[in-house]
Amino acid sequence: MKKTLRIALVGNPNSGKSSLFNALTGLNQKVGNFPGVTVDKKTGQLWLSSSMQAEITDLPGTYSLYPRSEDEQVTFNVLLDEHNASHPDLVLVVADATNLRRNLLFITQIIDLGLPTALIVNKIDLAREQGYELNLQVLSAKLGIPVLATDARSGQGIKELKQLLAEENFGLALPFYLPSEAVQPVLEELQPINGLKPGYRSFIFLCNHDHLGHISNKQHQEIDALIAKHELNISQLQARETVQRYEQIAGLLGSIEKRSTTAAKKSRSEKIDKVLLHPVWGYVVFLGILFFIFQAIFSWASWPMDFIETVFGQLGSWGSTYLPEHWLSDLLVNGVLAGLGGVVVFLPQIVLLFLFLSLLEETGYMARVSFLMDKLMRKFGLNGKSVVPLIGGYACAVPSIMATRSINSWKERILTIMVLPLMSCSARLPVYTLLIGMSVPDDKVLGLFNLQGLVMMAFYLLGFVAAIGSALVMKWFIKERNSSFFLLEMPIYQWPRWRNVGMTLIEKGNAFVLGAGKIILIVSVALWFLSSFGPGNSFDQLEAQYVAQMVDGELSAELQHQFDRDKLEASYAGRIGKWMEPAIAPLGFDWKIGIALVTSFAAREVFVGTMATIYSLGGEDFEENTLREQMLADINPRTGLPLFDLATTFSLLLFYAFAMQCMSTLAITWRETRSWKWPALQFSYMTGLAYLASLLAYQLLK
Amino acid sequence: MQLSQLRAGQVALIKNLGDHPIANKLLEMGCLPGEWVRVRRIAPMGDPMAIEILGYELALRLDEAAAIEVEVRPHFVQP
Repeated sequence: MKKTLRIALVGNPNSGKSSLFNALTGLNQKVGNFPGVTVDKKTGQLWLSSSMQAEITDLPGTYSLYPRSEDEQVTFNVLLDEHNASHPDLVLVVADATNLRRNLLFITQIIDLGLPTALIVNKIDLAREQGYELNLQVLSAKLGIPVLATDARSGQGIKELKQLLAEENFGLALPFYLPSEAVQPVLEELQPINGLKPGYRSFIFLCNHDHLGHISNKQHQEIDALIAKHELNISQLQARETVQRYEQIAGLLGSIEKRSTTAAKKSRSEKIDKVLLHPVWGYVVFLGILFFIFQAIFSWASWPMDFIETVFGQLGSWGSTYLPEHWLSDLLVNGVLAGLGGVVVFLPQIVLLFLFLSLLEETGYMARVSFLMDKLMRKFGLNGKSVVPLIGGYACAVPSIMATRSINSWKERILTIMVLPLMSCSARLPVYTLLIGMSVPDDKVLGLFNLQGLVMMAFYLLGFVAAIGSALVMKWFIKERNSSFFLLEMPIYQWPRWRNVGMTLIEKGNAFVLGAGKIILIVSVALWFLSSFGPGNSFDQLEAQYVAQMVDGELSAELQHQFDRDKLEASYAGRIGKWMEPAIAPLGFDWKIGIALVTSFAAREVFVGTMATIYSLGGEDFEENTLREQMLADINPRTGLPLFDLATTFSLLLFYAFAMQCMSTLAITWRETRSWKWPALQFSYMTGLAYLASLLAYQLLK
Repeated sequence: MQLSQLRAGQVALIKNLGDHPIANKLLEMGCLPGEWVRVRRIAPMGDPMAIEILGYELALRLDEAAAIEVEVRPHFVQP
């Protein structure tokens, strides 16, 4: 009979828990969600014998059983709530062999929960290099649980670990720490409420019941009443527990840990830090790395992206050639296929950004970035860790928003997500190119700089200023969920583990395609509908009109383009554009620009294609210069002047710089915050800002 | 004296933890009364600072370090 052993993997951050998880489960893992929270739930399968399978859950890293963040709260709930879907049969605690003392605080807390537990002392090779001698047999005897040394990086000890798991005779250890006598009567009174025998499990339940999701409001009230009645000071109890555990740990370690030589590897880390955290060189290197990442996402990603676009373009044209002429074929080609293309096209940028981010994380450099930048970023309500995602936003907001996960403070993370789309992403580039090419002369300034290039740069700078400016304003309105603190372990520098890097890339790619992809697809089908259908029989009339002009059952290319143009005008999107006109006229926009604003919602660069259709230039093969000429020749019937004068063009540029016109970003914001509130807010404030900026620019310039 | 007042390279003995929302968190991270702490460096912009505690490196903001009361031992050679 098949049996499944549920294993929870817990441990301090930086203990190598994820490497161990990857080493145990390989590609047999999936990422889901813990119900109700944004925390990722990673589970993996492992066959222990022909009849027994293990399901391993990689719980968020935590330093103690006193949760401070949503992540730590998840770990706490899984361990405390016996009916939780992930509640384990066995807890595997992973410890960093180079820092047993601090790790033992959490280990002994887990032991005292009274769940079957085994201890994995990881990074054993590194500990030996640093001169530690560890007697794990004595540790195992003193703690009363199986202890095994591993080095997840080299794979050492993994086989033994699997054997250990297959044996599954995990006894219960004796309690390590006993809550003070004074709380005993309280725990006895608590027993009828939580059903737990007086002991550490019940004690930690009492201290942190606020974080437990599985007990009712009434139970919470009863427990609060109990705390008030006995005048318990929970914070003091926690402090006393921590200090006493550390005292006991110091006694325990005396016979287990010996340090012979001086720390060679650590001093290497110190040497690297002398450069990387240097007041000058530190920032030079950091800027260099940012520049490199930015360049890579911008230019390296364009190859596979062009390829993906070509493939989807080809598929599309095959579709429209060989599929029967029917709205279903059109839906398939211009709705679904275009939508899928719109999802897949982001993958190269996502993979590249996460390649660099996981390299920075794996080597230990990311902690240094936070250290370097924290003070500056904090002024804007952001965090040292916000810098890299913000810069990534210059390439694409979608992977960058996914990258904000490493920011532990909820408020600082949400602020980063909210302002990130203001960074001028690469989809704005085609719009900027077209519009700047139209309105700014191709002159040299000081005989050196190209004026168009300078204006372009100004718009990139504007994105950054707008982003940190918005953060500065918004930080007053967003409430803190948990008190912000920095406290960051600075790991020693290490070579990246390529396996972990690879797994991260697969995981992030999947998360994007499956998470945000669905919404992008739905919206792109909706947009297809808006631009392919019109109210009443307007489309039929148009068709009849053009069929009459057919020669040999075909329209000339010119007429075909005109037909497409008229269709777009008559479509729902066209109607929306006209309906919008009074609202956008103060910005200097007419209904044609209105249509482009609607269709741009799929992605900003769609603006160029829509303009081409509106000016009857047809699909793919138009010259950008021709489009510019056509647009410049257009006369605004209200003013009798050219539509795309300087005022309108700049107003439009500003609108594209600020407005939230990217369904992918909204979809990913929804996914990362698990709420419609934030994407809705993001959409409104950005679009509001865009409207005001454009209004101001047009009214001043016209 | 507060830990936040120390300069890079200084070694001190932790005396006490003040009343700060993260005092308990600092204890958990090993900032225990009676422990030795060395200031590894202060970030170029003057905040945060990185300290050595329990044999590992911990970065914390000055506001957080101010919660740690220390006694400086000028001529102390770290064990």
